[in-house]
Amino acid sequence: MMNKNRIFLFIGLAIALSIAAFLSPFASKNPDGLDRVAQDLKFEEKVATEPPAKQLPFSQIFDEYSIKVIPKDNEKLATALAGVTGTLVVFGLAWAIGKLTVRNSEPKE
Amino acid sequence: MFALPIYLAMHIPDGYLSLSVSLVTGIVAIALIALSLSRVQSEYKERTVPLMGVSAAFIFAAQMVNFPIIGGTSGHLLGGTLAGILLGPWAGSLVMSVVFIVQSVMFQDGGLTALGANITIMGLIGTFGGYYLYQLLRTLIGRNTWLGMSIGTAIASWTSVVVAAALCALILALSDTVPLVVGLTAMLSWHFMIGIGEALITLAVINFIWNTRPELIYIAPNQDSAQVTINQDDE
Repeated sequence: MMNKNRIFLFIGLAIALSIAAFLSPFASKNPDGLDRVAQDLKFEEKVATEPPAKQLPFSQIFDEYSIKVIPKDNEKLATALAGVTGTLVVFGLAWAIGKLTVRNSEPKE
Repeated sequence: MFALPIYLAMHIPDGYLSLSVSLVTGIVAIALIALSLSRVQSEYKERTVPLMGVSAAFIFAAQMVNFPIIGGTSGHLLGGTLAGILLGPWAGSLVMSVVFIVQSVMFQDGGLTALGANITIMGLIGTFGGYYLYQLLRTLIGRNTWLGMSIGTAIASWTSVVVAAALCALILALSDTVPLVVGLTAMLSWHFMIGIGEALITLAVINFIWNTRPELIYIAPNQDSAQVTINQDDE
């Protein structure tokens, strides 16, 4: 990996973390396309009230995109921290899956 | 409104899909992920790996940022076409799968029983359908030209959102959640607009990379094929 690319990738990660930290708390709270359709066409009550993901240990820490230890009156911080955590987790997982998958045995020319 | 909490999850939740639809979409997702793993193993090089991490990070973060459209509705990036253009369909599909798995497992966004549907519709439609449409348009207009890249990117990313919305309406209808015609009409009317947001964000990102580190793009400009790009060694 050329050094310039390394800097570029570092900047990319920094941009992603900044979006998670500083933009996601200010995301529109309006229902998205599917939620809006579910409300208008009255099928949103079909949503499972006790989804299986709520049984997982992660739900002790995260209530959707909000970290539970942060008091309710600081919703933006709770969202920002959840966003930053998730961003780092997918970064690490995708990197690890790539690393484990890519065959790296070819000799260099 | 009853005492329902404000419902902020953004993907298909548990309860909307029938068992058979969940199973079929789950099998489709698993099959395409398995195929992607094998193609990444045989075709990709080490230099793609960090870009997979950064792409996943960016798409996860950007998906959190709902942007308002008209009529009290919002949309957010899907990112499948973006991942496909940057990483090619195979590594792009792995990245999108990681994003949706983490969203549903860690953040209860998108039901676990709907995970296969969410990965397939919002991820793989972009990484495969969006990617191949982009590749076709870019080849037709001029594969090394900015115009070819930008028209291919914009049209493919918009189309991927519209097709995703249509497929979502279809599986909701197959699950007897909402009749096809009303569901399709409603989904398409919002996602025609949400798709414009997808196209703007995808084009902004790809344009930035095109102007700064074009060799990072899967089909890099001024090279014979994607294979050359991946095979480049570090110089």
